[in-house]
Amino acid sequence: MAYDAGYGGRDYGGGYDDSYDDRPEFRDGFRDLQPPEPGFDSTNYVPDVVKSFVVYLYRHIRQKNVYEIHQMYEGSFQKLSERLFKQSYWPAVEMIAPYVENDHVFCLLYKEMWFRHLYARLQPTLEQRCDSWDNYCNLFQVILHGNVNMQLPNQWLWDMVDEFIYQFQSFCQYRAKLKQRTDHELALLKQVDEVWNVIGVMNYLQALIEKSMILQILDEEKDGNVTFTATDGYDYHGGTNVLKVLGYFSIVGLLRVHCLLGDYQSGLRALSPIDINQPGVFNTVIGCQITTIYYYGFANLMLRRYLNAIKSFNQVLLYIFKTKQYHQRSSQYDQILKKNEQMYALLAICLSLCPHPKLVEENVNNLLREKYGEKMLRMQRSEEANFDELFSFSCPKFVTPSLPNYNEPLVNFNQDAYRLQLKLFLSEVRQQQLLSGIRSFLKLYTTISISKLASFMDVNEPTLRVALLMYKHKTHVINDDGSVLSNADVDFYVADDMVHIADTKVTKHFGDYFIQHISKFDEIINDLDQVQLE
Amino acid sequence: MPGAQVPITIEQLVALNPYNPDILPDLENYVEEQVATQTYSLDANLCLLRLYQFQPARLDVRIVARMLVKALMALPATDFNLCMFLIPERLQMEEPFLTLATLAHFLETAHFREFWDEANRNRDILEVVPGFERAIQGYAIHVLSITYQRLPRSILAEAINVEGLSLDKFLEYQVNNNGWTLEKGGQLVVLPANEDNHPVLRKSSADSIPLEHVARLFPVLG
Repeated sequence: MAYDAGYGGRDYGGGYDDSYDDRPEFRDGFRDLQPPEPGFDSTNYVPDVVKSFVVYLYRHIRQKNVYEIHQMYEGSFQKLSERLFKQSYWPAVEMIAPYVENDHVFCLLYKEMWFRHLYARLQPTLEQRCDSWDNYCNLFQVILHGNVNMQLPNQWLWDMVDEFIYQFQSFCQYRAKLKQRTDHELALLKQVDEVWNVIGVMNYLQALIEKSMILQILDEEKDGNVTFTATDGYDYHGGTNVLKVLGYFSIVGLLRVHCLLGDYQSGLRALSPIDINQPGVFNTVIGCQITTIYYYGFANLMLRRYLNAIKSFNQVLLYIFKTKQYHQRSSQYDQILKKNEQMYALLAICLSLCPHPKLVEENVNNLLREKYGEKMLRMQRSEEANFDELFSFSCPKFVTPSLPNYNEPLVNFNQDAYRLQLKLFLSEVRQQQLLSGIRSFLKLYTTISISKLASFMDVNEPTLRVALLMYKHKTHVINDDGSVLSNADVDFYVADDMVHIADTKVTKHFGDYFIQHISKFDEIINDLDQVQLE
Repeated sequence: MPGAQVPITIEQLVALNPYNPDILPDLENYVEEQVATQTYSLDANLCLLRLYQFQPARLDVRIVARMLVKALMALPATDFNLCMFLIPERLQMEEPFLTLATLAHFLETAHFREFWDEANRNRDILEVVPGFERAIQGYAIHVLSITYQRLPRSILAEAINVEGLSLDKFLEYQVNNNGWTLEKGGQLVVLPANEDNHPVLRKSSADSIPLEHVARLFPVLG
């Protein structure tokens, strides 16, 4: 998958090196860069360097200088957070508003960053959670109805959607831990039903998709009228990219929310306007690409479409393998690594249920064996404990979206959603237990009678016939259009009482091998050409 | 647009305005309609289950049970599992969900004899949905068709729960309309060939290289 840096939307290189201190907003020097004393109220004091920061950011936004906005958003903001506000709040929006002409939209954007910083470094209080919700509502209202005329970096727009859903997830978890809530919190919770309400969240995402007309835009691109993707979503004609790109990222957002609720089918259907096998705007932000494939793969796993899951995990894991060094200084690096590990675990699960070693690229396969080689062997022998462990490690943070019943005795129900998904997943694993036994026997024969196979497997004939039927059912997936697709690596048919195994010669793919090496050698030659001899 | 209001179908509602609790009664009615007219819509039913998830107090057990029966009838598609992902665990431990889960388990693991026995014991749950028996028979035949080229009559009988004269009539119909043939005086059923019960028919992609792969080399080959 070719990575296209795109206009202003670069998310690697630039801004991550120490020449960063030369940036204009830091020109006033780091005089105020002593971290505040503990107990010092950072919200009410604006250090000069923060004043410069907001002034410059405001100016760049007004001038639609996307590259500069991105540098400040990704780099300066992180740097200042790290040095000045490691464990404290950025100055309150009221304190910086005078420096930016009290611009309403800028303040909403600033507050969005303010809350995101809070959630990342500190524990938000219930009031802060409510305030953040209000801010998102205001921000989205203005974008949906206010004719906003800005160009913002894709990274920022993705982060908005990503954080919006993250805070929703966090709130559901928070509200579900009723036993840990103080009386004051419970009293407030009962009054704020609409805060982070799942219906509100989903309707905002839906509204962004609808108002931006992104579905029509993507549809037109299928006919070859590629304008949106060609510019990475940016508008080169003096217009705004905000609504369109937010609409686009909301498609991925819906996929994620549906998965958090356990509705995998609807998630995949929501994602369907985006073709993940083609380059698209989702590739321009690595966080988005990873999130998309992670949830896509997970949904396919739960739908038993193992081949789709394996192929997509393989692709993105290879991409991360090749490019993660460029993201080391990024604020998202930890997230990237975490999702990377989770996807290896999911890939291990998929391959244990549906062995297809040829689908996994060499480097990915090596890492996979390193991390989970032994566990995969045990899973192929149907040891449930390993499935449980890997699933629990790598599954999304499922939520219970409904309001609690505050009148019943207080319990913590934050694990309920996860437990249900785990339970259903494990029962599927258990149903498939016999399959690996059948698989290994079938690989040894070209024909074998039912009676002989039954005696080898230590079951009676009727049981074996039933197991063979189940093998066929479980390995044949029904696509959305009703066609049948086999994901079996070893296949057979039964004629009366003989089992005939399909020819499963491992065909060496010489063609692929040569192509791969031709490309590799070409790369080496290019590298050599660039070497300058002294 | 002034004047006439174009009636909006349920499918349109689900596509355009799915996260709206106001449409819940419409979706419930639609489930009843699916049962009565022997139609089916997974998307609409998932939408309803989702709304129930958002507002559990409005959950109607009878409607959910009907949805699950419809989902069973959609086998081999995984619709039943998809619905179960959205139904609270506590509810799944009660009837009729326990029975429905057992029935689903038997069908997923191809234990057709056990399925028909259990179904017989629970006719009250199943008889409310017309077409159930035929749908499950269709599923059984599907699984048999992708597994067997030649199938002993007794296995077929057990799978579709039909014996004696009824089975003869059934076989006659299949022979006349669906390309089945009989051998050994009717004791062996020969099913039509398809990709899955004739794996050799599968297109061999061993030696073909997709164009995209070769296209990568064009810059190198000059």
